[in-house]
Amino acid sequence: MLNVIWLGLIVISIVVAAVTGRMEAINAAAFEGAKTGVTVCLGLLSVLAFWMGMMRIAEKSGLLELLARVLSPIIQVLFPDVPKGHPAMGYILSNMSANLLGLGNAATPMGLKAMEELQKLNPDKQNASPAMCTLLAINTASITIIPTTMIAIRMQYGSVNPVEIVGTTLLSSFAATIVALLIDRMYRYRHIRRHR
Amino acid sequence: MYQWVSLLSLWAIPVTIAFVLLYGWRKQVPVYETFVDGAKGGLTTTIRILPHLIAMMVAVSMFRESGALDLLLRALKPLLDLLHFPEELVPLALLRPLTGTGSLAIATDLIAQYGPDSFLGRLAATMQGSTDTTLYVLTVYFGAVGIRNSAYALKVGLWSDLAGVIFSLLIVSYIFA
Repeated sequence: MLNVIWLGLIVISIVVAAVTGRMEAINAAAFEGAKTGVTVCLGLLSVLAFWMGMMRIAEKSGLLELLARVLSPIIQVLFPDVPKGHPAMGYILSNMSANLLGLGNAATPMGLKAMEELQKLNPDKQNASPAMCTLLAINTASITIIPTTMIAIRMQYGSVNPVEIVGTTLLSSFAATIVALLIDRMYRYRHIRRHR
Repeated sequence: MYQWVSLLSLWAIPVTIAFVLLYGWRKQVPVYETFVDGAKGGLTTTIRILPHLIAMMVAVSMFRESGALDLLLRALKPLLDLLHFPEELVPLALLRPLTGTGSLAIATDLIAQYGPDSFLGRLAATMQGSTDTTLYVLTVYFGAVGIRNSAYALKVGLWSDLAGVIFSLLIVSYIFA
């Protein structure tokens, strides 16, 4: 799917550029895009290194395991194929709670550690497992309690009440998450049936 | 409410850091060495993600600069008019799954143009807050562990973005109109 989308984006771009005479613009765009990739990665590096350092301490001290044990009933429902008390649970939980608080840059390293743990459980290392898809669904829908960035921007432009959108964001991201989980369940069953 | 929220976002990270460190120290974990060891993992992960990010950013940037995105917007316009979806927000909704910084720029621009307390300003903020950069998340998360076939994850992500857009419109219209 990603193959098709990637190829499609590039081929369509070149065709459209040829028709509209924007060849020069997409020449620049290709390398500008590559540069953005590197910039984003560098930004990610500092945050990833920092939080993964913190996560290692939480892991070694048993904090993650504690967290996983306390909240395992919730995770068990969402991730039925992750064994009880598996380290993946702790990481999934930390990822979810960072997402809830709108701490996107803290959520990513934890999500990545969760992915690594799920990959260990995955029998087919090339193909995403259902648990991995569920983790992704939670991350792309992500219930947001405090949309920090948007509040800051609203403040910057002189909103009378910058946090006014907290309620609407919470409601609509909550609804979107429910939809994401339902669709994920639907595909999960279809996937499992096909691969049995 | 506002004070409570800003206080929480101010304290969340320092408190988490202090708690993790003190808990580790109490459990006799060598905190400094452990931190450095973990941080090293961040380095290898970033290197693994880099090629994936470059590939994705190139395609998105080309698609935008070629004018293909504008064409897509124009093609979708009749459908959106039918759904009473405000035309000004279409670029935001379409770009959101592709690029986080790009859609943030559009949301900021909308807020600057129409004012943060206008219907469009509130809708843009809500929409930006309740959806996510699906393609980026997918690239980073699956790239980090070497998954080639994303199974149905992309479909679920895109459907949930669509749901986020629709719910934002419904909820903001209901509460603020």
